[in-house]
Amino acid sequence: MFALAQLPTMLGTRATARAIIAITLAAVFWEIGSRFGDWTGARLPFIGVVPPPSRVLLVWYNLIGDYGYWQSWYLSFLRVLGGFGAAMVLGIPFGMALALNRTFYQTAFPTFEVLRPIPPLAWVPAAILFWPTQELSIAFITFLGAFYTIVINVVGGARSIDARYIQSANAMGASRWTVFRRVVLPSTLPSIIVGASVGMGVTWEVVVAAEMISGGGSSMGSGTGGGTGGGLGFFIWNSYTGGSYEQIIVGMISIGIAGYISSSAIRALGDRIAPWLKPR
Amino acid sequence: MQTTLDQTKARALRGTIRIESAVKVYGNPQNGVVAVDHCSLECPPGEISMVVGPSGCGKTTLLNAIAGFHSLTSGAIYLDDEMLCGPGKPKADPGSDRIVVFQNGALFPWKTNIENVIFGPVMQGKLAVKEAKDKARTMMAEAGLSGIENDYPGQISSGVRRRVEIVRALMNDPKVLLLDEPYRALDSLTKSVMHESLLETCYRNRITVFFITHDLEEAIFLGDQVVIMTSRPCRTKKLLKIDLPHPRDYSIVTSRRFRELMDETMDAVHEEAMKAFELGEREG
Ligand SMILES: Nc1ncnc2c1ncn2[C@@H]1O[C@H](COP(=O)(O)OP(=O)(O)OP(=O)(O)O)[C@@H](O)[C@H]1O
Ligand SMILES: [Mg+2]
Repeated sequence: MFALAQLPTMLGTRATARAIIAITLAAVFWEIGSRFGDWTGARLPFIGVVPPPSRVLLVWYNLIGDYGYWQSWYLSFLRVLGGFGAAMVLGIPFGMALALNRTFYQTAFPTFEVLRPIPPLAWVPAAILFWPTQELSIAFITFLGAFYTIVINVVGGARSIDARYIQSANAMGASRWTVFRRVVLPSTLPSIIVGASVGMGVTWEVVVAAEMISGGGSSMGSGTGGGTGGGLGFFIWNSYTGGSYEQIIVGMISIGIAGYISSSAIRALGDRIAPWLKPR
Repeated sequence: MQTTLDQTKARALRGTIRIESAVKVYGNPQNGVVAVDHCSLECPPGEISMVVGPSGCGKTTLLNAIAGFHSLTSGAIYLDDEMLCGPGKPKADPGSDRIVVFQNGALFPWKTNIENVIFGPVMQGKLAVKEAKDKARTMMAEAGLSGIENDYPGQISSGVRRRVEIVRALMNDPKVLLLDEPYRALDSLTKSVMHESLLETCYRNRITVFFITHDLEEAIFLGDQVVIMTSRPCRTKKLLKIDLPHPRDYSIVTSRRFRELMDETMDAVHEEAMKAFELGEREG
């Protein structure tokens, strides 16, 4: 809802109207689709088993005051921010070093490229073995999801800097450090922002899956909806095992909203630190 | 009045570029690409030297060697009495005494126009940010660039960008301005505005200009001398002193003397272009 409130300033009223109409229409079709079976006795495939939005909204409404539900939000956000933050903090310098130092590139890049295609989720069992706690395993997997994306973007950005910028900075008396600080860094910034927003998306995908796999497993204490180790992924999984299909949908939409809030935040931050990129 | 005239004279004495048998071979010396071959040339101080020649003949290569962006294979380049590069020192150090204005412009897109303009003096610690901004505002106003100080380069037209870039160059108080086809992408109307503005800047700053172009009219209109280069490898084919009176305005383009100079340049350039063309045919 917070995200919808932001829409008008971002897109203008006409765009907002279209967005609202589209969402409403989708909800109406969904409602009709899932109720079709009740009315005619002929249940539609796929959509027929999904609870209608009116029931989902009702369940959601009842969850508004539920501590466990918000705890899930909080835990997932914490993991995303942790993993994403670590990926930024480590990925930007690592990518810069790869791009700017030939020896380091030749040493580290092949290993990086071999590890990169391994999907973060394939790391789950290994991560559970490596790390002492469940929480650290999830954080690690979340981190991996964003790390590769950020590094690749930083390397690409820093390697494609226009030589003229560096040449003119040199001619105007900039030292090596100044060239890095005033030329290399700002001209890589657009790629860093792209890497960050893509990485943020990946982080959400990964965190939810990791929560489902590890939080839903037997190694966890059986939290109810939230609890320690929960999170939105676990919330969905728990709703599934508990047979509450409405809650599954609530969980899914919650993740959609959480992801949207996160990427809006990245975009807003990007506009802030790189105002020259803002479309006029 | 007298003092300013003396100052102008004193300033005009600095900034002679002397190129002596410059050779630049790309790749290995035996069978690499010879871009510049024993090219010698003098650009007098405070004058505009226009360099023309067939495409790919090695003009940019020469300019880059002066700027210190790459080394010479042999030969020497002097700025006044200082050897920029030569025996024992193949590559000149880039410095704020020689500022390059590039064909596509190299204003930093992440800095506002005024931040771009003050970059040099602030980096070198010559001026504090505030002083630099005051100076920048004055210089931008003189160049007719008031009101765009806090815009980003991406928000102004390419012609205005090029003028901002020249102001940025001048803020470094260089002896020499190196321009590599700076107005190539501009339409002819904008170009003529650029030309008059550049001449005015040069009258005001008495600066040595090394200016590469393909536009012969531009070469004659702006130049104190026009240097016609041979097809690759680059060598001085012909040096034409332009005796049109200063200050110039666009009406001289139609004068008889201008047409004569134009014809003379055209003949020499055409001859080289044909050579380059035939060479290309043979190689291709
Ligand atoms: N880094 C390089 N390595 C190898 N060859 C190069 C390199 N740079 C330029 N050359 C070659 O050297 C020759 C001269 O190039 P240069 O860019 O100096 O020409 P130019 O006179 O500036 O051409 P134009 O008028 O098209 O700008 C060309 O044949 C070009 O292909
Ligand atoms: Mg060139």
